[in-house]
Amino acid sequence: MSNATALHATDAAKASDNLRFFVPGEHHPKNGTLLGFWMYLMSDCLIFACLFAVHAVVGRNYAAGPSGADLFDLQLVAINTAMLLLSSITYGFAMIEMQRNRLRPVLMWLIITGILGAIFIGLELYEFYHLIHQGAVPQRSAFLSSFFTLVGTHGLHVTFGIIWLITLLFQLKKHGLNRENKRRVMCLSMFWHFLDVVWIGVFTFVYLMGVL
Amino acid sequence: MNTHNETLAHHGHAHHAADHGHDHHDDHDDDGGASHSTLSGYVTGFVLSVILTVIPFWIVMGNIFENATTTSMVVLGLAAVQIVVHMIYFLHMNFKSEGGWNMLALIFTIMVVVITLAGSLWVMYHLNTNMMPTMTHEMK
Repeated sequence: MSNATALHATDAAKASDNLRFFVPGEHHPKNGTLLGFWMYLMSDCLIFACLFAVHAVVGRNYAAGPSGADLFDLQLVAINTAMLLLSSITYGFAMIEMQRNRLRPVLMWLIITGILGAIFIGLELYEFYHLIHQGAVPQRSAFLSSFFTLVGTHGLHVTFGIIWLITLLFQLKKHGLNRENKRRVMCLSMFWHFLDVVWIGVFTFVYLMGVL
Repeated sequence: MNTHNETLAHHGHAHHAADHGHDHHDDHDDDGGASHSTLSGYVTGFVLSVILTVIPFWIVMGNIFENATTTSMVVLGLAAVQIVVHMIYFLHMNFKSEGGWNMLALIFTIMVVVITLAGSLWVMYHLNTNMMPTMTHEMK
């Protein structure tokens, strides 16, 4: 019985020589973390797709309440967009400094990225406060419910990104640019840029098309 | 740009080897197949994104087109282009990273997203039409 298993094992080993799914010598990944994180981002993308679909369906149901044209301040949204876009390139600078193995510039660019993210969240909270103050609360209409859910979910992601960034600053300060920290910085980089991609959808679909 | 990319990559590795001589052997798998970022890549992406962000805001805030449908089509088109720009220059998507699995996951996700969005809109639009007051009137 065990003999048969052993035979099978050698057979499998022989067969695996013929069953190559990559070209030998091609650079293929040994570390699956980045791929796994990408899978997470894709599943997050599906959450946002559902929220976008909801907004697409009920985004014009105002229940005789205020519409996007009455509520949205596009200048504020433009500043918000600029903050997020700037934070994307400052994170890019941090990545480049990380490749050069320079810890201090990495920390500096990460801090700037975090500050820009915090300004974004601050402006968004100000906008929400303003809307709620005007009586445009989530329970007012289907449009406002889906608006707060979609934009709020994105804001929550950015908030957690900032918390992650602060945690990473301490880890970098303590352990320097070792393998694990580099991997973490790369994962957060993907997360951060991904949130910027989602924001493109939000400012286009919710704000710009909402005021039309 | 490609040659620049390679020079930078070599530069990075040289530094790495000098700094951590002891764990040199596993230097190669720590970039996990992700492509190296370059300054020119990020700057190109940033400039393109700024242009692609300013144009839709200008179109909507300045009321450039009379027709709301034209405006939304143009704005949506620009957003789609900007998403592709971000994917290429910031998220470094290509057919090689992680042995192509990144791209496969992305394509699958795009498929599901398109089905979700188009399907929801299609179904709900027809439900809305059938819920019109005229319809219930006819049924009486």
